[in-house]
Amino acid sequence: MFTLHIGPAFEALIDWLTDNFSGVFDLIRKVLMSGITGLEDILLFLPSLILIVIFALVAWKIAGRGVAAFTLLGFLLIVGMELWPQTMKTLALVMASALIALVIGIPLGIWAARNDMVEKFVRPVLDFMQTMPAFVYLIPAVLFFKLGKVPGAVATVIFSMPPAVRLTNLGIRQVPEDVVEAAKSFGSTPRQLLYKVQLPIATPTILAGVNQTIMLALSMVVISAMIGAGGLGSEVLKGITQLKIGLGFESGIAVVILAMILDRITQALGGTKSK
Amino acid sequence: MPKIEVKNIYKIFGSRPKSIFPHLEKGMSKDEILEKTGHTVGINSASFQVEEGETFVIMGLSGSGKSTLIRCLNRLIEPTAGEVLIDGENILEASHQELLRMRQKKMAMVFQRFALFPHRTIVTNVEYGLEIQGVEDQIRREKAYEVLEMVGLKGYEESMPDQLSGGMQQRVGLARALATDPDVLLMDEAFSALDPLIKKEMQDELLELQAKMHKTIIFITHDLDEALKLGDRIAVMKDGKIVQIGTPEEILTDPANAYVKEFVQDVDRTKIITAATIMRKPDAVMAPKEGPRVAVRKMEEAGISSIYVTGKDKYLKGLVRIEDAVRLAKEGKDNLEEVIIKDIPTTAPDTPMVDLLPVAATTSYPIVVVDEDNKMLGIIVRVSVISGIIGRGD
Ligand SMILES: Nc1ncnc2c1ncn2[C@@H]1O[C@H](COP(=O)(O)OP(=O)(O)OP(=O)(O)O)[C@@H](O)[C@H]1O
Ligand SMILES: [Mg+2]
Repeated sequence: MFTLHIGPAFEALIDWLTDNFSGVFDLIRKVLMSGITGLEDILLFLPSLILIVIFALVAWKIAGRGVAAFTLLGFLLIVGMELWPQTMKTLALVMASALIALVIGIPLGIWAARNDMVEKFVRPVLDFMQTMPAFVYLIPAVLFFKLGKVPGAVATVIFSMPPAVRLTNLGIRQVPEDVVEAAKSFGSTPRQLLYKVQLPIATPTILAGVNQTIMLALSMVVISAMIGAGGLGSEVLKGITQLKIGLGFESGIAVVILAMILDRITQALGGTKSK
Repeated sequence: MPKIEVKNIYKIFGSRPKSIFPHLEKGMSKDEILEKTGHTVGINSASFQVEEGETFVIMGLSGSGKSTLIRCLNRLIEPTAGEVLIDGENILEASHQELLRMRQKKMAMVFQRFALFPHRTIVTNVEYGLEIQGVEDQIRREKAYEVLEMVGLKGYEESMPDQLSGGMQQRVGLARALATDPDVLLMDEAFSALDPLIKKEMQDELLELQAKMHKTIIFITHDLDEALKLGDRIAVMKDGKIVQIGTPEEILTDPANAYVKEFVQDVDRTKIITAATIMRKPDAVMAPKEGPRVAVRKMEEAGISSIYVTGKDKYLKGLVRIEDAVRLAKEGKDNLEEVIIKDIPTTAPDTPMVDLLPVAATTSYPIVVVDEDNKMLGIIVRVSVISGIIGRGD
């Protein structure tokens, strides 16, 4: 019967890329590695109790008393479950990946908002990225960056970037046409239009994108642990593979606590800005 | 030199706009072109001139191309062909830098839905034009306070746009446009979104401001009343073409074609035009104690043959004809009282035009509009115009 495999072609492409761009990949690898471990070192250098107080204060400042109390109690529970170092490692990986996703995603979203051709091209790519099962991103990540935190971060960046692009694009395009016309009619340069009018008005929507990106990055924790990214994800995996139900449950709870804290804080960021 | 001169501009929306010119030359209609080619004719060879200090009204039904035309003047929409000269400079050939400079210094726009910046306070909205020009904080803040006071919004400087009513928001829109001291104001249905009463208030205020500022104003509306009230001249548009340009009187008494006629009628039936709407200031007024020589001189200056005499608080006394004033002066008499004609037609400001017709038909003097205390508010001279419009209605 008829067979057609596109897999070998893909393999050939990957081979060609690794052969010809190994220098580039090495560089990316080094930069990412030092970024993530640097962040980890900072988070693990301070005694956990001091750091928890700092986190709670930040939560208070941004999201109010309730979230601050939850942060305090949640993190104390994590310390009590002896999962603090793993949690901080996960936090470092998530923060680094989300940051990279935002640094790439937001400018891309701005570009797409200001250029219909770019949007036409970006939109199907984003759709593709979001419908692809997250596991699939592990393949190129492992091929280019071997095992460990770096490929974990790379897969996380790819997986969590779409909402940042999408919502930045949407937020800017939602600025009413006549408001844009008003800004132009006074002789704004494209830059002034962007920074003084479009971005400020789009900020709540962009921050919703930031929130979603961070949440998606966090949802990759267990998956990226499968290629050795470490942190809470490996504890969950251990729980599954070694049937340590208690450990699996505890580390699952830790992920949820981290997710809720990050979610509330970033949501509050959007809320206060729009007021 | 006219302040603004528009020569044969075209705007065709679609993927290959230039390919439509041959169709237009053959005289194909906007609908045919849309059906055959999928292109929309926004503007079809519009030309007009606007003098400095003039208020030029563009009127037409929805979709006739008014918004497109006004946006061609500051290139918010890029015309497909033609010329737009502002102070003799062709803005369509201006570089990006020059265009920005002209938008910053020469013209400002007021929008139908106000288009205020929702994230900025009232005062920073008004400052916007100066801010992007890099004007110092202190100076632009002073200017913004000044124009806000001018439009009656003192005290609202730190409010946000969504805290203000529609009428107030549009005052901010106007203040924002005035803050950069532009020569030209582009107003796209600026008052259409407002309640009738607020709308009238804004019109009066614009007239008042305009009497002081002498800007060149392009004002778009689909409201005949508004056009008559504000316009020195009116252009009527249909399907992207300007079908008639003229003074309000010309448009009313001598519509160029059935479209204009219908436009004029249509609005007529639905709106009741009152004496207050069409009255205007008398050319000259005097007090009785000023005497016959002053009367003669004032009439000569204004080029008129009779003058109104009013007492304290503009209380209407009557009218003096030039021949009577000259006779008194020759006889060396000082007291005007004996020659004041008291039997002149008057009317209340809210009298509908229909009721003015019989009065207009039986008098040779203008009709004086007075309030209940017989205070003179204005005069209605163009009685022939009035009879013209109403006569057409039925
Ligand atoms: N960006 C655009 N693309 C395609 N067609 C357009 C575009 N803008 C306007 N048009 C068309 O051009 C014509 C003129 O539109 P325009 O908005 O200038 O009319 P208008 O006289 O201002 O109407 P209204 O009173 O409803 O504001 C209409 O047929 C409209 O559909
Ligand atoms: Mg319009």
